[in-house]
Amino acid sequence: MKLCNRSNLRVTSFALLLAMFSACSGTTTETAGSTTAVQTNGETITIYSGRNETLMSALFTQFSNETGVKLEVRYGDSGELAALLLTEGDKSPADIFFAQDAGALGAVESAGLLSPLPSDVTDAVDAKFRSKNGKWVATSGRARVLIYNPDLVASPPASLDDLLDPKFEKKIGYAPSNASWQSFVTALRLTRGEAGARAWLTGLAANKPIAYEKNGAVRDAVNSGEISLGLINHYYLYELISKIGADKVVAKNHFFKDQDAGSLVNIAGVGVLASSKKTEAALSMVRYLLSVAGQSYFAGKTFEYPMTPGVIQFVSLPSLMELNSPPIDLADLKTIEETQELLERVGLLTK
Amino acid sequence: MSRVLRAPVAIVAPAMLAGVVALLPLIYLMDASLSQGFGAAVREIIDARTTILLIRTILLTLIVTTLCVMVGTINAWLVVRSSLPFRPVLLILLAMPLAIPSYLSAFAWVSWIPTMKGFFGASIVLTLASYPYVMLPVAAMLRSADPMLEDIARSLGVGAYSAILQVTLKQVAPAIWAGSLLVALYVVSDFGAVATMRLETFTWVIYGAYRAGFNPTRAATLALMLVALALLLILLEKRLRTRVSQRIGSGTARSTVRRAPLTVVAPASIIAITSLGFGIGVPLISSIRWARNGTATTDWSEVFGTIISSFWIGLLTGTATVLLALPVGILLARFKGPLANITEGSVFVTHSLPGVVVALSVVYLGINLVRPLYQQLPLLIFGQVIIFLPLVVGAVRTSIEQSRIALEDVSRSLGVSRMATIFRVTIPLAVPGIAAGGALAVLGAMKELPTTLILRPTSVETLATSIWKHSVVSDFGAVGPYAVALMFLAALPTALLSHVAVAKSVK
Repeated sequence: MKLCNRSNLRVTSFALLLAMFSACSGTTTETAGSTTAVQTNGETITIYSGRNETLMSALFTQFSNETGVKLEVRYGDSGELAALLLTEGDKSPADIFFAQDAGALGAVESAGLLSPLPSDVTDAVDAKFRSKNGKWVATSGRARVLIYNPDLVASPPASLDDLLDPKFEKKIGYAPSNASWQSFVTALRLTRGEAGARAWLTGLAANKPIAYEKNGAVRDAVNSGEISLGLINHYYLYELISKIGADKVVAKNHFFKDQDAGSLVNIAGVGVLASSKKTEAALSMVRYLLSVAGQSYFAGKTFEYPMTPGVIQFVSLPSLMELNSPPIDLADLKTIEETQELLERVGLLTK
Repeated sequence: MSRVLRAPVAIVAPAMLAGVVALLPLIYLMDASLSQGFGAAVREIIDARTTILLIRTILLTLIVTTLCVMVGTINAWLVVRSSLPFRPVLLILLAMPLAIPSYLSAFAWVSWIPTMKGFFGASIVLTLASYPYVMLPVAAMLRSADPMLEDIARSLGVGAYSAILQVTLKQVAPAIWAGSLLVALYVVSDFGAVATMRLETFTWVIYGAYRAGFNPTRAATLALMLVALALLLILLEKRLRTRVSQRIGSGTARSTVRRAPLTVVAPASIIAITSLGFGIGVPLISSIRWARNGTATTDWSEVFGTIISSFWIGLLTGTATVLLALPVGILLARFKGPLANITEGSVFVTHSLPGVVVALSVVYLGINLVRPLYQQLPLLIFGQVIIFLPLVVGAVRTSIEQSRIALEDVSRSLGVSRMATIFRVTIPLAVPGIAAGGALAVLGAMKELPTTLILRPTSVETLATSIWKHSVVSDFGAVGPYAVALMFLAALPTALLSHVAVAKSVK
């Protein structure tokens, strides 16, 4: 995997060092983790993971080695796993649903398939990043950013609306089929209403943005100067830096920090199935994901935002609170189908 | 045909069982569709967006099927009737697009020409992926059809083109219709190509309703509309096919090869070369390029492991599907009547369903009825059997229809019982068709992604799931070795299939 080159090893070991350091201070979560481990040793729990195997398998192995709880992991697309859980109903073999986005968790929650999490778990995460009913919590965050090429745009546009300026015609890149783009547009619908979202999207379409297959391709196009701006997630930039070295990366991230959809922080999160008969072991997994070890893994391997205090980010990022993400219920991001309909109507999806 | 025989129970019972198995997804679909009440389902159907989808899907099906008929028939003619050298090899190569999953070839095209997205790109990729469904039966029929009629037409002063169009084409019409039905049902159910080309068709929206809408009711209702569409297509094909009279004996063995004028061979060869270059060249070159970029990080023991599991799952699916398809094929070919019609309809009607729908219906039935087998190998095979049953039934039926019924009569007149005759005469004569059908199922199972992802035993990886796993992460190089391995593995049943389906000796 490409994340194994030298500069990345450096950041990873740095993150691990930080983890060890902060583990000394963050004793509360650690003790909670180790007491449950004793009771659940040797049990096998089943995880439906919407997060990819190449990213997550090392963390899962680490968990099993440390707690003795064995894992059966079923990987899939978060949405498809949600559909699977809805079809299985209360007979599901899954104990844990680990999803790539809040929408999938929200859908499973509203079907009544998740059980409430204990308060030590929910309290660990800011209220903005967990279910209103305490049935799932975020495990890491991804901030939307405007990636820009400073050689082409001296100062980045201050708000989403400034992107509609005709001077950016054919200069903005996006990834129309990507889930994170669609979550961003869903957030736009939630913050500005249907008409407002439609107006902004129509304006963007008039500026003829350039469609790419993946976020990584948008980033590369901005970095090479093919286009000036790109709407993607924050970590793509750091992925590139760790891959080719900071000296070769021109592009920069701009955080809007204005409570608009451009400041959305989407999450990956976890919930325990109500039908699970191994709740204790399942909770030990949830606690592990929120522990310093788990959180540092996300920060180091995927460059995502940790969700609990005490884990220091190794790249200089604005803090989670500084980001000023929009005041929406993340579970409402499940209305992606309406978003796709809207995108198709304004001509930004099927082109 | 005027022979009406009562089918033995030993054939009828398993054939009906196959029909019931194929219809099982409908139970889930009805339940899911009506779970929000009848009104919600009706609202979904009369929605304006649904109408647009329906029109777009039908248009795509129509265009791809027409293109496949043209490309498939021309290629079949070229490998059977022309005097080109290396025709047997050419035939096998021309069948190779069957070995390439639509999601892979679509991705290869898009990464080569990004502007190809949309209706145009989807039509091209689907045509390249499915013309062999027309080519193979047409080639088989051309081989067994009497070339004398074309010779007579030519001797009466009819031009080379006209003779082919007026005489030969009519002779192979049943094969064209049968192939068209398979193409049409495939186009209606395919997700990989339309998703990559970002063309909103029924399957795209059905997937969206599950994945993005978390709305199984909507997905199920739309899927039921696909079933209705399939029913229409099946009835249409049946009408068109039975209008054509069939040859009764197989005649004297004679060479089918004709020295056709260059004005016919040259354009046909261009079509064949284009099919080869676009159908296998583009995806193969792309995959090798991906593989070369990603070799440094490939875990070869994992590649090898997935090859083994793809092979076994394919083989098990092939065997199970053949066993279930055999009685249906015999019933359809030898005991025509209302019972045969109903069984045929049941087997084919769910072939229009996208993989995810079949997989979730098997989840629904499996978890409620056979809980211990849930997420175990038998249930995965079961799901694949539902999907590939029609392909095998078609191959078996055609093969039996083409073998000489007189031999069965002789066997009966010598005092051999009906069942014994089926085992000793009918089935051995149909072995090439059975093998071809089995190969189609093996091939399909190796390529099938959504069913495998949803129904596989946890932690079992096949080539298809590995391609999926590595393509989700932005590093596309890792996909290459799996893509190349899948194409080469799937090439084996494809070669077998095209060889036995066509190279059958003239009886």
